Amino acid sequence: MPNENQPKSGGSMNFLALSNDSTAKTFIMATLVCLVCAVFVSVSAVALKPLQILNKELDKKKNVLQVAGLYQEGDDIEEAFSKIDIKLIDLSTGEYTTEYEAATYDERKAAKDPALNVQIPKAKDVGSIRRRPKVMPVYQVKEAGVVKQLILPINGYGLWSTLYGFIALESDGQTIVGLSFYEHAETPGLGGEVDNPKWKKMWAGKKVYSAEGDVGIKVIKGTVVPGAKGEEYQVDGLAGATLTSRGVSNMLEYWMGEEGYQKYLTKIQANGV
Amino acid sequence: MSNQSKKILLDPLIDNNPIGLQILGVCSALAVTTNLGTALVMSLALTSVTAFSNLSISMIRNHVPSAIRIIVQMTIIASLVIVVDQVLKAYVYDLSKQLSVFVGLIITNCIVMGRAEAFAMKNPPGLSFLDGIGNGLGYSLVLLFVGTFRELFGSGKLFGVEILATVNEGGWYVPNGLMLLPPSAFFIIGLMIWGIRAWRPAQVEAPDFKIKEVNGTEAL
Repeated sequence: MPNENQPKSGGSMNFLALSNDSTAKTFIMATLVCLVCAVFVSVSAVALKPLQILNKELDKKKNVLQVAGLYQEGDDIEEAFSKIDIKLIDLSTGEYTTEYEAATYDERKAAKDPALNVQIPKAKDVGSIRRRPKVMPVYQVKEAGVVKQLILPINGYGLWSTLYGFIALESDGQTIVGLSFYEHAETPGLGGEVDNPKWKKMWAGKKVYSAEGDVGIKVIKGTVVPGAKGEEYQVDGLAGATLTSRGVSNMLEYWMGEEGYQKYLTKIQANGV
Repeated sequence: MSNQSKKILLDPLIDNNPIGLQILGVCSALAVTTNLGTALVMSLALTSVTAFSNLSISMIRNHVPSAIRIIVQMTIIASLVIVVDQVLKAYVYDLSKQLSVFVGLIITNCIVMGRAEAFAMKNPPGLSFLDGIGNGLGYSLVLLFVGTFRELFGSGKLFGVEILATVNEGGWYVPNGLMLLPPSAFFIIGLMIWGIRAWRPAQVEAPDFKIKEVNGTEAL
Protein backbone atom coordinates (compact mmCIF):
# COMPACT_ATOMS: atom_id res chain seq x y z
CA MET A 1 0.00 0.00 0.00
CA PRO A 2 2.53 2.63 0.99
CA ASN A 3 4.87 1.65 -1.78
CA GLU A 4 2.80 3.78 -4.10
CA ASN A 5 4.34 6.79 -2.51
CA GLN A 6 7.83 5.75 -3.41
CA PRO A 7 9.63 8.11 -5.70
CA LYS A 8 9.41 7.16 -9.32
CA SER A 9 12.97 6.39 -10.19
CA GLY A 10 14.68 6.17 -13.53
CA GLY A 11 12.71 6.78 -16.70
CA SER A 12 13.42 9.47 -19.19
CA MET A 13 13.20 12.24 -16.62
CA ASN A 14 16.15 12.23 -14.33
CA PHE A 15 14.59 14.77 -12.00
CA LEU A 16 15.83 12.98 -8.89
CA ALA A 17 19.25 14.43 -9.56
CA LEU A 18 17.86 17.96 -9.44
CA SER A 19 18.39 20.03 -6.35
CA ASN A 20 15.55 19.54 -3.90
CA ASP A 21 14.82 23.22 -3.76
CA SER A 22 14.74 23.93 -7.46
CA THR A 23 11.41 25.15 -8.81
CA ALA A 24 11.26 22.32 -11.32
CA LYS A 25 11.65 19.63 -8.69
CA THR A 26 9.13 21.30 -6.42
CA PHE A 27 6.54 21.21 -9.18
CA ILE A 28 7.38 17.68 -10.22
CA MET A 29 7.25 16.35 -6.65
CA ALA A 30 3.97 18.14 -5.92
CA THR A 31 2.40 16.73 -9.07
CA LEU A 32 3.66 13.22 -8.42
CA VAL A 33 2.56 13.08 -4.80
CA CYS A 34 -0.87 14.42 -5.75
CA LEU A 35 -1.24 11.95 -8.60
CA VAL A 36 -0.25 8.93 -6.56
CA CYS A 37 -2.45 9.94 -3.62
CA ALA A 38 -5.38 10.72 -5.90
CA VAL A 39 -5.18 7.32 -7.56
CA PHE A 40 -4.83 5.60 -4.19
CA VAL A 41 -7.86 7.38 -2.72
CA SER A 42 -10.10 6.99 -5.76
CA VAL A 43 -9.32 3.30 -6.18
CA SER A 44 -10.21 2.55 -2.58
CA ALA A 45 -13.32 4.74 -2.66
CA VAL A 46 -14.63 3.11 -5.83
CA ALA A 47 -13.74 -0.40 -4.71
CA LEU A 48 -15.47 -0.06 -1.34
CA LYS A 49 -18.53 1.80 -2.56
CA PRO A 50 -20.78 -1.24 -3.11
CA LEU A 51 -20.10 -2.53 0.41
CA GLN A 52 -20.83 0.86 1.92
CA ILE A 53 -24.13 1.24 0.10
CA LEU A 54 -25.12 -2.23 1.22
CA ASN A 55 -24.27 -1.34 4.83
CA LYS A 56 -26.37 1.80 4.67
CA GLU A 57 -29.38 -0.07 3.34
CA LEU A 58 -29.00 -2.85 5.89
CA ASP A 59 -28.70 -0.30 8.67
CA LYS A 60 -31.93 1.39 7.67
CA LYS A 61 -33.74 -1.91 7.30
CA LYS A 62 -32.50 -2.95 10.72
CA ASN A 63 -33.91 0.23 12.23
CA VAL A 64 -37.28 -0.35 10.62
CA LEU A 65 -37.34 -3.93 11.89
CA GLN A 66 -36.31 -2.89 15.38
CA VAL A 67 -39.13 -0.40 15.80
CA ALA A 68 -41.59 -3.04 14.59
CA GLY A 69 -40.16 -5.43 17.17
CA LEU A 70 -39.18 -7.91 14.46
CA TYR A 71 -35.44 -7.94 14.95
CA GLN A 72 -33.24 -9.76 17.40
CA GLU A 73 -29.46 -9.45 17.35
CA GLY A 74 -28.12 -11.97 14.86
CA ASP A 75 -31.25 -12.30 12.71
CA ASP A 76 -30.93 -12.25 8.98
CA ILE A 77 -32.01 -8.73 8.14
CA GLU A 78 -32.94 -9.40 4.52
CA GLU A 79 -35.12 -12.33 5.45
CA ALA A 80 -36.92 -10.50 8.22
CA PHE A 81 -37.39 -7.53 5.92
CA SER A 82 -39.12 -9.62 3.27
CA LYS A 83 -42.29 -9.26 5.35
CA ILE A 84 -42.25 -5.54 4.77
CA ASP A 85 -43.66 -3.63 1.81
CA ILE A 86 -42.42 -0.13 1.10
CA LYS A 87 -44.89 2.33 -0.37
CA LEU A 88 -44.58 6.04 -1.00
CA ILE A 89 -47.18 8.56 0.08
CA ASP A 90 -47.72 12.05 -1.22
CA LEU A 91 -48.14 14.01 2.00
CA SER A 92 -50.23 16.79 0.42
CA THR A 93 -52.98 14.37 -0.60
CA GLY A 94 -52.38 11.36 1.60
CA GLU A 95 -52.51 9.08 -1.47
CA TYR A 96 -49.97 6.50 -2.53
CA THR A 97 -47.72 7.61 -5.33
CA THR A 98 -45.56 5.66 -7.72
CA GLU A 99 -43.68 8.70 -8.97
CA TYR A 100 -40.41 7.38 -7.54
CA GLU A 101 -38.92 3.95 -7.02
CA ALA A 102 -40.00 2.98 -3.49
CA ALA A 103 -37.12 0.61 -2.79
CA THR A 104 -34.44 3.20 -3.46
CA TYR A 105 -36.24 6.38 -2.35
CA ASP A 106 -34.26 8.23 0.27
CA GLU A 107 -36.38 10.70 2.23
CA ARG A 108 -33.35 12.23 3.91
CA LYS A 109 -31.79 13.06 0.59
CA ALA A 110 -35.14 14.39 -0.60
CA ALA A 111 -35.29 16.68 2.43
CA LYS A 112 -32.16 18.39 1.07
CA ASP A 113 -33.21 18.56 -2.57
CA PRO A 114 -35.26 21.70 -3.31
CA ALA A 115 -37.00 19.91 -6.19
CA LEU A 116 -38.29 17.19 -3.89
CA ASN A 117 -39.18 19.10 -0.75
CA VAL A 118 -41.27 22.02 0.43
CA GLN A 119 -40.48 24.80 2.83
CA ILE A 120 -42.56 24.51 5.98
CA PRO A 121 -44.21 27.81 6.96
CA LYS A 122 -42.64 29.11 10.19
CA ALA A 123 -45.92 29.07 12.10
CA LYS A 124 -46.50 25.40 11.34
CA ASP A 125 -42.95 24.23 11.86
CA VAL A 126 -43.37 22.94 15.42
CA GLY A 127 -40.62 20.39 15.02
CA SER A 128 -38.04 22.89 13.67
CA ILE A 129 -37.58 20.78 10.55
CA ARG A 130 -37.61 23.71 8.07
CA ARG A 131 -38.01 21.61 4.91
CA ARG A 132 -39.83 18.37 4.48
CA PRO A 133 -39.96 15.99 1.54
CA LYS A 134 -43.15 16.04 -0.54
CA VAL A 135 -43.17 12.27 -0.57
CA MET A 136 -42.47 9.99 2.41
CA PRO A 137 -42.19 6.22 2.55
CA VAL A 138 -44.38 4.01 4.68
CA TYR A 139 -43.22 0.53 5.64
CA GLN A 140 -46.11 -1.91 5.85
CA VAL A 141 -45.50 -5.01 7.91
CA LYS A 142 -47.55 -7.88 6.54
CA GLU A 143 -48.55 -11.13 8.11
CA ALA A 144 -50.27 -13.66 5.85
CA GLY A 145 -51.00 -10.91 3.34
CA VAL A 146 -52.71 -8.61 5.84
CA VAL A 147 -51.08 -5.35 6.88
CA LYS A 148 -50.44 -5.41 10.63
CA GLN A 149 -48.27 -2.37 11.19
CA LEU A 150 -47.42 0.91 9.53
CA ILE A 151 -43.94 2.27 10.12
CA LEU A 152 -43.41 5.94 9.42
CA PRO A 153 -40.12 7.88 9.46
CA ILE A 154 -40.05 10.97 11.68
CA ASN A 155 -37.44 13.57 12.54
CA GLY A 156 -37.16 16.75 14.53
CA TYR A 157 -34.92 18.84 16.70
CA GLY A 158 -34.12 17.90 20.31
CA LEU A 159 -31.54 19.78 22.33
CA TRP A 160 -28.29 19.37 20.39
CA SER A 161 -29.27 17.54 17.29
CA THR A 162 -31.92 16.44 14.88
CA LEU A 163 -33.32 13.10 15.96
CA TYR A 164 -34.13 10.63 13.21
CA GLY A 165 -36.38 7.71 13.92
CA PHE A 166 -39.49 5.75 13.16
CA ILE A 167 -42.90 5.41 14.72
CA ALA A 168 -44.77 2.14 14.29
CA LEU A 169 -48.57 2.17 14.34
CA GLU A 170 -51.09 -0.62 14.25
CA SER A 171 -53.12 -0.90 11.07
CA ASP A 172 -55.87 1.24 12.65
CA GLY A 173 -53.55 4.23 12.17
CA GLN A 174 -54.15 5.21 15.78
CA THR A 175 -52.48 2.84 18.24
CA ILE A 176 -48.70 3.09 18.69
CA VAL A 177 -46.64 -0.07 18.59
CA GLY A 178 -43.28 1.53 19.15
CA LEU A 179 -41.06 4.55 18.66
CA SER A 180 -37.34 4.48 18.18
CA PHE A 181 -34.54 6.71 17.03
CA TYR A 182 -31.61 5.53 14.99
CA GLU A 183 -29.64 8.73 14.87
CA HIS A 184 -29.24 11.57 17.32
CA ALA A 185 -26.56 13.34 19.34
CA GLU A 186 -28.42 14.08 22.57
CA THR A 187 -26.54 14.06 25.88
CA PRO A 188 -25.69 10.50 26.88
CA GLY A 189 -27.48 9.56 30.09
CA LEU A 190 -29.98 12.44 29.81
CA GLY A 191 -31.56 13.11 26.42
CA GLY A 192 -29.72 10.06 25.13
CA GLU A 193 -32.13 8.00 27.21
CA VAL A 194 -34.50 8.12 24.23
CA ASP A 195 -32.66 4.89 23.41
CA ASN A 196 -33.50 3.33 26.77
CA PRO A 197 -35.53 0.17 26.12
CA LYS A 198 -37.61 0.82 29.23
CA TRP A 199 -38.66 4.22 28.01
CA LYS A 200 -39.34 2.95 24.52
CA LYS A 201 -41.62 0.27 25.93
CA MET A 202 -43.90 2.94 27.41
CA TRP A 203 -45.03 3.93 23.93
CA ALA A 204 -46.70 0.64 23.13
CA GLY A 205 -50.49 0.89 23.24
CA LYS A 206 -50.63 4.69 23.41
CA LYS A 207 -53.03 6.50 21.07
CA VAL A 208 -52.06 9.20 18.59
CA TYR A 209 -55.30 11.09 17.87
CA SER A 210 -57.74 12.44 20.42
CA ALA A 211 -61.51 12.12 19.96
CA GLU A 212 -61.55 15.54 18.24
CA GLY A 213 -59.05 14.31 15.68
CA ASP A 214 -56.12 16.38 16.96
CA VAL A 215 -52.71 14.99 17.70
CA GLY A 216 -53.07 14.02 21.35
CA ILE A 217 -49.87 12.10 22.01
CA LYS A 218 -47.39 13.99 24.20
CA VAL A 219 -44.32 13.44 26.29
CA ILE A 220 -45.32 15.00 29.60
CA LYS A 221 -43.22 16.36 32.44
CA GLY A 222 -42.81 13.76 35.16
CA THR A 223 -44.58 10.44 35.31
CA VAL A 224 -47.92 9.42 33.87
CA VAL A 225 -50.49 8.71 36.61
CA PRO A 226 -52.21 5.42 35.82
CA GLY A 227 -55.93 5.90 35.34
CA ALA A 228 -55.65 9.68 34.95
CA LYS A 229 -57.60 11.47 32.26
CA GLY A 230 -55.86 11.33 28.89
CA GLU A 231 -53.42 8.73 30.15
CA GLU A 232 -53.50 6.92 26.81
CA TYR A 233 -52.02 10.01 25.13
CA GLN A 234 -49.18 10.53 27.59
CA VAL A 235 -45.69 9.18 27.94
CA ASP A 236 -43.28 9.84 30.84
CA GLY A 237 -40.82 12.66 30.30
CA LEU A 238 -37.11 11.90 30.37
CA ALA A 239 -35.64 12.99 33.68
CA GLY A 240 -33.22 15.89 33.23
CA ALA A 241 -33.98 16.18 29.53
CA THR A 242 -36.83 18.65 29.23
CA LEU A 243 -35.75 19.93 25.84
CA THR A 244 -35.28 16.51 24.29
CA SER A 245 -38.68 15.41 25.66
CA ARG A 246 -40.28 18.53 24.25
CA GLY A 247 -38.53 17.88 20.95
CA VAL A 248 -40.04 14.41 20.74
CA SER A 249 -43.51 15.82 21.49
CA ASN A 250 -43.06 18.53 18.89
CA MET A 251 -41.90 16.23 16.15
CA LEU A 252 -44.85 13.93 16.74
CA GLU A 253 -47.22 16.89 16.70
CA TYR A 254 -45.75 17.87 13.36
CA TRP A 255 -45.45 14.50 11.65
CA MET A 256 -48.76 13.13 12.90
CA GLY A 257 -50.50 16.42 12.09
CA GLU A 258 -52.08 17.93 9.01
CA GLU A 259 -48.69 18.73 7.44
CA GLY A 260 -47.44 15.21 8.02
CA TYR A 261 -49.15 11.87 7.86
CA GLN A 262 -52.61 12.81 9.12
CA LYS A 263 -54.28 12.86 5.70
CA TYR A 264 -52.91 9.43 4.95
CA LEU A 265 -53.81 8.02 8.35
CA THR A 266 -57.35 9.45 8.24
CA LYS A 267 -57.89 7.59 4.99
CA ILE A 268 -56.60 4.41 6.60
CA GLN A 269 -58.89 4.87 9.56
CA ALA A 270 -61.88 5.29 7.24
CA ASN A 271 -61.17 2.65 4.58
CA GLY A 272 -58.61 0.30 6.08
CA VAL A 273 -55.17 -0.14 4.57
CA MET B 1 15.13 -7.04 17.18
CA SER B 2 18.02 -4.66 17.59
CA ASN B 3 18.22 -2.46 20.62
CA GLN B 4 17.57 0.67 18.68
CA SER B 5 14.37 -0.49 17.04
CA LYS B 6 13.15 -1.92 20.32
CA LYS B 7 13.69 1.45 21.93
CA ILE B 8 11.87 3.22 19.12
CA LEU B 9 8.93 0.86 19.38
CA LEU B 10 8.58 0.75 23.17
CA ASP B 11 9.67 4.21 24.26
CA PRO B 12 6.40 5.93 23.30
CA LEU B 13 4.40 3.55 25.50
CA ILE B 14 5.34 5.13 28.83
CA ASP B 15 8.62 7.01 28.71
CA ASN B 16 7.75 9.19 25.77
CA ASN B 17 4.00 8.76 25.55
CA PRO B 18 2.50 11.12 22.94
CA ILE B 19 -0.44 12.00 25.20
CA GLY B 20 1.24 11.57 28.59
CA LEU B 21 4.50 13.41 27.97
CA GLN B 22 4.02 15.38 24.79
CA ILE B 23 0.34 16.19 25.47
CA LEU B 24 -0.58 15.69 21.81
CA GLY B 25 -3.79 14.26 20.40
CA VAL B 26 -5.81 14.99 23.52
CA CYS B 27 -8.84 16.23 21.58
CA SER B 28 -9.79 12.86 20.15
CA ALA B 29 -8.92 11.16 23.44
CA LEU B 30 -11.76 13.15 25.00
CA ALA B 31 -14.24 12.46 22.28
CA VAL B 32 -14.07 8.79 21.50
CA THR B 33 -13.48 7.23 24.91
CA THR B 34 -17.06 6.95 26.18
CA ASN B 35 -16.86 3.26 25.39
CA LEU B 36 -14.07 0.82 24.70
CA GLY B 37 -15.34 -0.29 21.29
CA THR B 38 -14.96 3.13 19.70
CA ALA B 39 -11.70 3.73 21.59
CA LEU B 40 -10.25 0.51 20.19
CA VAL B 41 -11.27 1.21 16.59
CA MET B 42 -9.97 4.76 16.85
CA SER B 43 -6.67 3.42 18.24
CA LEU B 44 -6.29 0.97 15.37
CA ALA B 45 -7.15 3.67 12.85
CA LEU B 46 -4.65 6.12 14.26
CA THR B 47 -1.90 3.52 14.66
CA SER B 48 -2.20 2.39 11.05
CA VAL B 49 -2.31 5.95 9.76
CA THR B 50 0.75 6.98 11.79
CA ALA B 51 2.69 3.88 10.77
CA PHE B 52 1.97 4.11 7.06
CA SER B 53 2.31 7.88 6.84
CA ASN B 54 5.70 7.59 8.56
CA LEU B 55 6.71 4.81 6.17
CA SER B 56 5.66 6.64 3.00
CA ILE B 57 7.06 9.97 4.05
CA SER B 58 10.34 8.39 5.07
CA MET B 59 10.62 6.71 1.66
CA ILE B 60 10.50 10.01 -0.18
CA ARG B 61 12.16 12.09 2.53
CA ASN B 62 15.32 12.79 0.50
CA HIS B 63 13.35 14.19 -2.41
CA VAL B 64 10.82 16.38 -0.65
CA PRO B 65 11.48 20.06 -1.40
CA SER B 66 11.61 21.80 1.95
CA ALA B 67 9.36 24.61 0.75
CA ILE B 68 6.39 22.27 0.35
CA ARG B 69 7.24 19.53 2.80
CA ILE B 70 4.32 20.15 5.15
CA ILE B 71 1.90 20.09 2.23
CA VAL B 72 3.41 16.86 0.95
CA GLN B 73 3.07 15.31 4.41
CA MET B 74 -0.50 16.50 4.75
CA THR B 75 -1.45 15.13 1.33
CA ILE B 76 -0.13 11.71 2.23
CA ILE B 77 -1.71 11.72 5.69
CA ALA B 78 -5.03 12.96 4.35
CA SER B 79 -5.11 10.24 1.69
CA LEU B 80 -4.42 7.54 4.26
CA VAL B 81 -7.11 8.89 6.57
CA ILE B 82 -9.69 8.94 3.78
CA VAL B 83 -8.86 5.35 2.93
CA VAL B 84 -9.11 4.28 6.59
CA ASP B 85 -12.46 6.05 6.86
CA GLN B 86 -13.72 4.27 3.74
CA VAL B 87 -12.57 0.90 5.05
CA LEU B 88 -14.32 1.46 8.38
CA LYS B 89 -17.52 2.47 6.60
CA ALA B 90 -17.35 -0.67 4.54
CA TYR B 91 -16.49 -3.19 7.24
CA VAL B 92 -17.52 -1.86 10.67
CA TYR B 93 -20.39 0.41 9.76
CA ASP B 94 -21.92 0.68 13.24
CA LEU B 95 -18.70 1.76 14.88
CA SER B 96 -17.83 4.15 12.10
CA LYS B 97 -21.20 5.81 12.65
CA GLN B 98 -20.32 6.34 16.31
CA LEU B 99 -16.87 7.69 15.48
CA SER B 100 -18.44 10.03 12.92
CA VAL B 101 -16.13 12.95 12.24
CA PHE B 102 -13.32 11.84 14.52
CA VAL B 103 -11.77 9.46 12.01
CA GLY B 104 -11.62 12.31 9.52
CA LEU B 105 -10.05 14.47 12.19
CA ILE B 106 -7.05 12.12 12.45
CA ILE B 107 -5.72 14.33 9.65
CA THR B 108 -5.29 17.13 12.14
CA ASN B 109 -4.09 14.87 14.96
CA CYS B 110 -0.82 16.33 16.14
CA ILE B 111 0.68 12.90 16.76
CA VAL B 112 0.60 11.96 13.06
CA MET B 113 1.96 15.30 11.87
CA GLY B 114 4.45 15.44 14.72
CA ARG B 115 5.96 12.04 13.98
CA ALA B 116 6.10 12.72 10.26
CA GLU B 117 7.95 15.98 10.71
CA ALA B 118 10.11 15.03 13.69
CA PHE B 119 11.01 11.45 12.86
CA ALA B 120 10.09 10.24 9.39
CA MET B 121 11.78 13.16 7.61
CA LYS B 122 15.13 12.18 9.13
CA ASN B 123 15.10 8.39 9.50
CA PRO B 124 14.96 5.36 7.17
CA PRO B 125 11.60 3.75 6.35
CA GLY B 126 11.91 0.68 8.60
CA LEU B 127 12.61 2.67 11.75
CA SER B 128 9.99 5.27 10.82
CA PHE B 129 7.38 2.55 10.45
CA LEU B 130 8.26 1.20 13.92
CA ASP B 131 8.15 4.70 15.34
CA GLY B 132 4.66 5.13 13.90
CA ILE B 133 3.49 1.85 15.39
CA GLY B 134 5.07 2.71 18.75
CA ASN B 135 3.46 6.13 18.96
CA GLY B 136 0.15 4.70 17.80
CA LEU B 137 0.36 2.12 20.57
CA GLY B 138 1.22 4.79 23.13
CA TYR B 139 -1.90 6.68 22.08
CA SER B 140 -3.94 3.46 22.12
CA LEU B 141 -2.79 2.63 25.62
CA VAL B 142 -4.06 5.94 26.97
CA LEU B 143 -7.32 5.70 25.02
CA LEU B 144 -8.05 2.23 26.32
CA PHE B 145 -7.08 3.24 29.86
CA VAL B 146 -9.44 6.22 29.79
CA GLY B 147 -12.12 4.22 27.96
CA THR B 148 -12.09 1.49 30.58
CA PHE B 149 -12.81 3.97 33.38
CA ARG B 150 -15.42 5.89 31.45
CA GLU B 151 -17.36 2.91 30.19
CA LEU B 152 -17.21 1.01 33.47
CA PHE B 153 -18.28 3.88 35.71
CA GLY B 154 -20.41 5.73 33.14
CA SER B 155 -22.51 2.84 31.91
CA GLY B 156 -21.47 -0.15 33.99
CA LYS B 157 -20.13 -2.04 30.99
CA LEU B 158 -16.90 -3.06 29.33
CA PHE B 159 -16.96 -3.58 25.56
CA GLY B 160 -20.77 -3.43 25.84
CA VAL B 161 -20.87 -6.37 28.25
CA GLU B 162 -22.58 -5.60 31.53
CA ILE B 163 -20.26 -5.65 34.53
CA LEU B 164 -22.12 -3.49 37.03
CA ALA B 165 -25.91 -3.84 36.73
CA THR B 166 -27.23 -0.28 36.42
CA VAL B 167 -30.36 1.08 38.04
CA ASN B 168 -31.96 1.73 34.64
CA GLU B 169 -31.76 -1.97 33.87
CA GLY B 170 -33.07 -2.93 37.30
CA GLY B 171 -29.68 -3.36 39.04
CA TRP B 172 -28.01 -1.54 41.90
CA TYR B 173 -25.37 0.66 40.27
CA VAL B 174 -26.14 4.35 39.76
CA PRO B 175 -24.04 5.34 36.73
CA ASN B 176 -21.85 8.39 37.03
CA GLY B 177 -23.18 10.65 34.29
CA LEU B 178 -20.07 12.83 34.33
CA MET B 179 -18.04 9.88 33.03
CA LEU B 180 -20.05 10.01 29.80
CA LEU B 181 -19.25 13.68 29.21
CA PRO B 182 -15.94 14.84 27.70
CA PRO B 183 -14.67 16.71 30.81
CA SER B 184 -14.29 13.42 32.68
CA ALA B 185 -11.59 12.39 30.20
CA PHE B 186 -9.71 15.57 31.15
CA PHE B 187 -9.75 14.53 34.79
CA ILE B 188 -8.70 10.97 34.05
CA ILE B 189 -5.90 12.01 31.70
CA GLY B 190 -4.77 14.63 34.21
CA LEU B 191 -4.67 12.11 37.04
CA MET B 192 -2.93 9.61 34.79
CA ILE B 193 -0.20 12.11 33.87
CA TRP B 194 0.20 12.94 37.54
CA GLY B 195 0.60 9.23 38.24
CA ILE B 196 3.15 8.71 35.48
CA ARG B 197 5.20 11.70 36.56
CA ALA B 198 5.16 10.65 40.18
CA TRP B 199 6.48 7.27 39.05
CA ARG B 200 8.95 8.72 36.53
CA PRO B 201 10.06 12.06 37.95
CA ALA B 202 12.31 12.59 34.93
CA GLN B 203 9.17 13.54 32.96
CA VAL B 204 8.42 16.52 35.18
CA GLU B 205 9.09 19.77 33.33
CA ALA B 206 10.94 22.65 34.88
CA PRO B 207 8.48 25.36 35.83
CA ASP B 208 8.26 28.30 33.43
CA PHE B 209 7.85 30.78 36.26
CA LYS B 210 8.84 30.62 39.86
CA ILE B 211 7.28 32.53 42.65
CA LYS B 212 10.13 34.24 44.45
CA GLU B 213 9.94 35.32 48.01
CA VAL B 214 10.66 38.99 48.37
CA ASN B 215 11.05 41.21 51.38
CA GLY B 216 8.82 44.17 51.89
CA THR B 217 11.68 46.58 51.35
CA GLU B 218 12.76 44.95 48.11
CA ALA B 219 9.28 45.19 46.62
CA LEU B 220 9.37 48.94 47.00
